[in-house]
Amino acid sequence: MPQQTALKKTYPKHHKMSTTSRIIVGIGSLVLIAAYFVPFWSIYLIAPQYPEGLSMQIWLYKLSGQVEIINGLNHYIGMKHIKVEMFPEFDFLVYVFGIFIALGLIVAFVGKRKLLLGYLALFAIGGAAALVDFYQWGYDYGHNLDPHAAIQVPGLSYQPPLIGHKKLLNFDAYSLPDTGAWIIIGVVALFAIVWFAEGRRQKKNDKT
Amino acid sequence: MKSLRISLTVGTGVLLLIAGIQSCKPGGSKAAITGDAAEKVYVAPGKYDEFYSFVSGGFNGQMSVYGFPSGRLLRIIPVFSTQPENGYGFSEETKAMLNTAHGFVPWDDLHHISLSTTNGEHDGRWVFANGNNTPRIARVDMKTFRTAEILEIPNSAGNHSSPYITENTEYVVAGTRFSIPVLSNEDVAINTYKQNFKGTVSFISVDQQTGKMNISFQILTPGIDFDLARAGKGPSHGWFFFSCYNSEKANTLLEVNASAKDKDFIMAVNWKKAEEYVKAGKGKKVPAKYAHNLLNEKTHTATSTMENEVLVLDPKELNDIVYFIPCPKSPHGTDVDPTGEYIVGSGKLAAVIPVFSFSKLQQAISAKNFDGTFEGFPVLKYEAVLQGEVEKPGLGPLHTEFDANGNAYTSMFVSSEIVKWDVKTQKVLDRIPTYYSIGHLSVMGGPTKKPYGKYMVAYNKITKDRYLPVGPELPQSAQLYDISGEKMKLLLDFPTVGEPHYAEAIPADKISGNALKIYKIEENEHPYVAKGEAQAKVERKGKEVHVWMTAIRSHLTPDNIEGVKVGDEVYFHVTNLEQDWDVPHGFAIKGANNAEILIMPGETQTLLFKPDRTGMYPFYCTDFCSALHQEMQGYLRVSPANSNVPLTFSTGTNKPAGSDAAADSTKKDVSKAP
Repeated sequence: MPQQTALKKTYPKHHKMSTTSRIIVGIGSLVLIAAYFVPFWSIYLIAPQYPEGLSMQIWLYKLSGQVEIINGLNHYIGMKHIKVEMFPEFDFLVYVFGIFIALGLIVAFVGKRKLLLGYLALFAIGGAAALVDFYQWGYDYGHNLDPHAAIQVPGLSYQPPLIGHKKLLNFDAYSLPDTGAWIIIGVVALFAIVWFAEGRRQKKNDKT
Repeated sequence: MKSLRISLTVGTGVLLLIAGIQSCKPGGSKAAITGDAAEKVYVAPGKYDEFYSFVSGGFNGQMSVYGFPSGRLLRIIPVFSTQPENGYGFSEETKAMLNTAHGFVPWDDLHHISLSTTNGEHDGRWVFANGNNTPRIARVDMKTFRTAEILEIPNSAGNHSSPYITENTEYVVAGTRFSIPVLSNEDVAINTYKQNFKGTVSFISVDQQTGKMNISFQILTPGIDFDLARAGKGPSHGWFFFSCYNSEKANTLLEVNASAKDKDFIMAVNWKKAEEYVKAGKGKKVPAKYAHNLLNEKTHTATSTMENEVLVLDPKELNDIVYFIPCPKSPHGTDVDPTGEYIVGSGKLAAVIPVFSFSKLQQAISAKNFDGTFEGFPVLKYEAVLQGEVEKPGLGPLHTEFDANGNAYTSMFVSSEIVKWDVKTQKVLDRIPTYYSIGHLSVMGGPTKKPYGKYMVAYNKITKDRYLPVGPELPQSAQLYDISGEKMKLLLDFPTVGEPHYAEAIPADKISGNALKIYKIEENEHPYVAKGEAQAKVERKGKEVHVWMTAIRSHLTPDNIEGVKVGDEVYFHVTNLEQDWDVPHGFAIKGANNAEILIMPGETQTLLFKPDRTGMYPFYCTDFCSALHQEMQGYLRVSPANSNVPLTFSTGTNKPAGSDAAADSTKKDVSKAP
């Protein structure tokens, strides 16, 4: 709190961002809507007998790709069947993401740089929470195996990589952000630049 | 010691003399291979061939698919012959495909290939093939590489002059090799040939969307033998040219009796005119029994319909359809060049290759420049329709194809060579040996309006010493040549299966992208499909027992079946639940009198099993599908006919021990034993 009052005192006249910055934040928030229509995350599996690769896409509300084929292969090592019901997140992610979009529009409307920082922080928390959640799912999927599975390698688990590459038996598994995630990363990066540029501008204005 | 030395010297001398005699023995022709031949046919691992070639299987009744320039065999498509390897002709779904008016005919002699065209160029839709023995025409789908339809041809015997197509695949033609008594009493003395025997050429329409064939009309012809045929194209579109032999009308020892005349004929048919007569209702519907077999892609099942009549045109009553062009000595090939102007007749006993001109043919017809008649039909004056003759081409000209640069290539059966000549000047440009006794040849895109050229293949009739010996029965031999330069160059020699007669090649990219990978399970409309293990079941209908079985890596559901009795007919309807590329499953059961079945992903196929005695019948997956393929197995228990073992089925569970006391009370339940 004292920090904030100090800030207020330092830049009392310039707490509002420029119209350009606010338009960028507004449009950027609207661009996030696109993330509803594209997959958010992708998992790729490549093996000697699958040179063309298998892939699964995770959307905000559904799964797509060769899920059934992956399930068919994974049943040998006792992994659960991947299905929509496995992800309770699908029930609320669309609303959570809608709130993010609304908040972005509010930030643009109110126009305070501080608020933008808070918004960015919220994104960071949300992103971290998503990754933790994804890791937990991956841990359960890779460790919680059917004890009657045909192939059992003592001590071996099949947790997919959180992000990047991991070798799982004969498969090279890749877990990578898809279009949806890249849109969010891009927008958030743009907002961070806006926040930084606004800081420079306000500092400059303050000097003159 | 001395005598030993002398005898040694003498001995050596004798040996040298023998060796000398040996080396004096004249050698056969050896191929001159250019240094870069290997490079030109080398397709690196993981890389694809430039061309697909659909190659007739001859007496194996099948169609093979080769890749060029490598000469690798990619697939054998069963067409007119059963294939126990995948159950074609044995599964309940495919049996109907080989039905004919004579019942189930499990073999035929597949001679020629035609790839569908639009505007005279390959369009990558269908491959047509003829069954020579029991006259039939088949259509193979280029998406699935499967036989989609077989149509029997009535009033025909020896369906050799087939299956040639018109420029836009409007018609597939089928000409009869043997003339027979048709449309009249068929039980006549053979020596009444001249009075009673007739030929026919059938025009089969092709539905442009579905490919479905239908005999549009048959043209009644004099009783001669039709050999090959080609449609006109470009300016000659609307005409068809059939080579004929036995204008002597012999019915015995044709070797001599059908070779007597100096000239036989090429029969020119104005099919556009015939079409007009059909539209005007001039045809006559006559009774004829012939099978029409069609594969339904949704149910994966073929059905056979028996047709009852066919439309016949008698050109004796209808003018301007049929003309005869004299052609030297029993012509085999009658080939139309890419421009559509020139028709090349290859008389296999002739000393020259005549080249006829379509425009001269038109002028001669309108000027009535005839040289008498044959069986009441006008015979054109040879000189009036002749463009020129290829002099001294070689011996036994059989078949001619073309490249895009105005060159023709004619196979020479007797002199075992291919001769390249200029279509316009009829000058011989080059010749190259084949190994041995070439039949047809195949230039890439050779019969189309725009040949691709580049490669040519010789399909030979005699193999002898070309490959490692394998007993008296040898493979056939084929050679691939580079024809991109002025001189033809031999690149590759490879064995083929069956006895290829003719082949057509198409650039790989015209069809490779359309090749089906799986059947979508949600589109499967087979009446006995089980779209998931929950739908697997066994039901009895009197003596029939139907098993709705599923296959997925690595188990069959159900895999324990009891309650089947001796005398039952057990139908295993196996659905492959996989939706992944290249994961077929197979199904076979001990003692089955038919074959196995292969089931592609998303497909349902049925194997009929009639147990002849009480016992335990193991069944298993025959197509290595996964690491646990060997475990993909189950049991069918067959009890005596009067048994009261209830019909039960399961996978992964067992009944309580001893619950089957009625049928067997002494044996221990092995599955529950410690």
